This record gives sequence, C-alpha cells and structure tokens, in this order.
Amino acid sequence: MTGEQVIFLIVGAVTLIAALMVVTVRDLVHAALWLVATLFGVAIIYTLLNAGFLAVVQVVVYIGAIAILFIFAVMLTRRQAADTGAALNKNWWAGALMAMLAFAGLIFMLQSWSGFQKQAAAIPLGFDAVNQLGSALTSPAGFVLPFEVASVLLLAALVGAVYLAFNKK
Amino acid sequence: MIPLSWFLILAAGLFSIGLFGVLARRNAVAILLGVELMLNAVNINLVAFWRYGDILLMTGQVFAIIVFAVAAAEVAVGLALVISVYRRRSTVVAEELDLLKW
Repeated sequence: MTGEQVIFLIVGAVTLIAALMVVTVRDLVHAALWLVATLFGVAIIYTLLNAGFLAVVQVVVYIGAIAILFIFAVMLTRRQAADTGAALNKNWWAGALMAMLAFAGLIFMLQSWSGFQKQAAAIPLGFDAVNQLGSALTSPAGFVLPFEVASVLLLAALVGAVYLAFNKK
Repeated sequence: MIPLSWFLILAAGLFSIGLFGVLARRNAVAILLGVELMLNAVNINLVAFWRYGDILLMTGQVFAIIVFAVAAAEVAVGLALVISVYRRRSTVVAEELDLLKW
C-alpha cells in the first residue's frame, strides 16, 4: 500500500463520517460545521487527483462562501421550538432504504464496467493544468459559451435572491 | 497508485448520504445541505474521470467549475426562499409548508 492510498483512505473515511454527521446531527449550526469538514475532505481528494486549482476554488467558494451562507441562514431562521423537534421526519427509514438502494445500484452498475479498476496515466512532462484550464475556458474553440452562460446564471441568481429575501414592509 | 474505483465508490457513498439527507431531514436548510453533498459527489466523479481519461481534454474540470457556479446560484436562491418563507410562516420545517397540498 503506497502513501497516496493511505492518505486517500484516511481522508475518504473522515469525509464520509463528516457527511453522515451533516445529515444526522440535530443542531443545524453543527451540521453546517460538519459540512465544512466534508468540503475540506473533498478539497484534499481534488489535490490527490492533481486538480490543485479546483481544490483552491473548493476552499474559497464552498467553504468561504457557501458554508458561511448556510450558517447565516440557520441563524436567521432559528426559533426556540425548532431545536426540540426531531431532526429526521417519520419516513426516514424509507429515505435510508432509497439511499442504500441507490448506493448498491451505483456500485453494481460500475462493477460491470470494464474501466472500473483503471490506473491513472502519468502526467505528460511540462503539463500545466491551470494554463490548460484557462485557455479551455476562454477560447472560442473551447468552452467560452458555457462560461459566459454561467456568469449570466450567477447574475440572475443574484437578482432573484435579492428580490426573494427583500422585506417589502 | 489509486485505482479509479476508489474515487467512484467514495463519490457514490457521498451521493447516497446526501440523498438520505434530502429525503429524511425535516428542516429546509438541512435539505439544502444534503443537496450540497450530492453536488460535491458529482464533482469528485467529474474530476476523477478527467484525471483517468485523456488528461489533455479539460472537459471534466470545466464541467466541475460550471457545477460550482450552479451550486452557488442554487444555494443563494434556495436560502433566500427559506428566509422569505420563514418571514411569512415563521417555520422552516418542510412538512409544515403544506399550502399547496390539498
């Protein structure tokens, strides 16, 4: 077992345990903090996959913006009675069954695929992933149109969120 | 070296946990937390397929960045909806929001 594999197993276990805490813990502030732990684990997984830029974006966008937004939303929608109720609804066993079926189905489908045990090819000498990603996002032959559509989507979400949360009184 | 299957199994587990969160949690904010877990599982898959496929094609990473943008937009609108609902009904428990249920 190589060092990379040991790191993957530790990080993967911590990520999955933190994700389980996110969906089961009652206090929502704690759930949001467990989400931060999960997102850090996913950032390390990106680093193991040689996607350093995405790991940085994960920390900045997900942990720096989205997780903090969740904590703000929890604090804005808190009421005393909400903390005494159950965390899970009465049909939670059906949800657990669905999740297990989805997991088993995914693993079953993946196992029948011939590329399942594939090993990563060596990275070519002088390969610069950030450079490649930047030119792919901005070249007309690449993905400049989806990139611009994403910016329009973010603008629409910004305007929509301000309109929805605006207090008209 | 780590085989591709490890990443895919981790992503499948993360997705299933997120699915459980969406289906089983009562609080609307907690449901959105489950959606975030599912989006992260999808992103692990996209980046893993980029790394284990043709590394010179950046499609996987570009797709992951688009998913980042969509996740940010989804969270902003979703939490604005939750705050708006809380202001009108003073509850964020999903099963108490039955105005459209006849």
